[in-house]
Amino acid sequence: MNTLWVASRKGLFRFDAGSGFTQSAPPAHLAAPVTAVLQDPRDGTVYAALSHGHFGCKLHRSDDGGATWVELPAPAYPASDAADAPTLEMIWTITPGAADQPGTIWAGTIPGGLFRSDDRGQSWALNMALWDQPSRPDWFGGGYDHAGIHSIIIDPRDSQRMLIGISCAGCWITTDGGTSWALGGTGMRADYLPEARAYDPLGQDPHLLAASPANPDRIWCQHHCGIYVSDDFGRNFREVSQNAAPSAFGFGVASHPQRPDTAFFVPAVKDEARIPVDGKLVVTRTDDGGASFVAIDRGLPQGPAWDLIYRHALAIDATGERLAMGSTTGNLWLSQDGGAGWRLLSGHLPPIAQVAFA
Amino acid sequence: MPTIRFTATLARHRAVRDITADGTTVRAVLDAGLADDPVLRAYVLDDQGRLRKHINIFVDGAMVADRMRLSDPVIPESEIYILQALSGG
Repeated sequence: MNTLWVASRKGLFRFDAGSGFTQSAPPAHLAAPVTAVLQDPRDGTVYAALSHGHFGCKLHRSDDGGATWVELPAPAYPASDAADAPTLEMIWTITPGAADQPGTIWAGTIPGGLFRSDDRGQSWALNMALWDQPSRPDWFGGGYDHAGIHSIIIDPRDSQRMLIGISCAGCWITTDGGTSWALGGTGMRADYLPEARAYDPLGQDPHLLAASPANPDRIWCQHHCGIYVSDDFGRNFREVSQNAAPSAFGFGVASHPQRPDTAFFVPAVKDEARIPVDGKLVVTRTDDGGASFVAIDRGLPQGPAWDLIYRHALAIDATGERLAMGSTTGNLWLSQDGGAGWRLLSGHLPPIAQVAFA
Repeated sequence: MPTIRFTATLARHRAVRDITADGTTVRAVLDAGLADDPVLRAYVLDDQGRLRKHINIFVDGAMVADRMRLSDPVIPESEIYILQALSGG
């Protein structure tokens, strides 16, 4: 895990451990908004999703670590005669298929479609079983005009088991590779809904879901209304917000690769004030499954700082020693001691959508 | 045959050249002219074949009226000019 990819509002940046985590290559797609990046751990292929203001959402692939790129057809919604027929609005996440699915990648998109490619992104198919859910008219946007899929988790023990997170349509689970779907997320609470519907799993806004590699049934969730944890692959959650100071509001979550009870979050004040509490940026960590949290401030700006960390902009590598996070203010931090202390890598990047180790 | 011309801004992302194609509407000319480059087509039209929200098309100097179906008529001498709107970024 010696490469750190940074997808930003104005290009894709690469930082390498071998050069002390300085930028070791020219930016790719410079000046274009990059909404998602994936370096596939199975074959090293790099994928970058762009969102041109005028020309739409695009997908590019690199077979040489980002030096050169080819443009692929982007996932496209099927033709429809409906007046509000869907079109791709954003590729929010690109996720590799399981180890037994070489060449398969998944894309989570706005307005709510899950796409699968079995040929390294050359062609895409919308998962109709999810798209045709009778409840879909009740899905709604969270931060964007329409609902979107931001989390795609595949059970490493069984590639037919998948969990996805939708803002806003809760958590959906398949056990047959996407042929059928069931709503999970029982136990989540939405305080932005009428009280009678607060616990409706469909109305939930899980900002991000993160599975524990060491125990794939353990799912961490940074939700719009708090922090949740599941021990059954997302079917049921329990809230642990009450223990999270200075706040349980945020977007990102990173699950420790070896310790299922350890997870990291970056708190902000609340939904209508997306800034650090008291202008002091901290990372919170629980080591006991959410029973308690510690706030880490070493190396982070203690005021005034107004950085917000987007949902895909906090990452941990496979060793658990390196973490990175990037902010909407264009600051990029790295930790090389398991999140105990942080170092600013750059304070001059564009707003950061995602950081990813490879 | 009508000619499709592209804004130079698009050339940053995709190789473009003038294209001539048959048709009596903007839709017909674009369908014919962009048929062999679906990736380029997707820079102009959305998944449903509608004109992208922040793209404009001018036919012989006049902005198209029908952004959904692109039914605006063209004649063989027409120039269909595709360019980005100032909205959208």
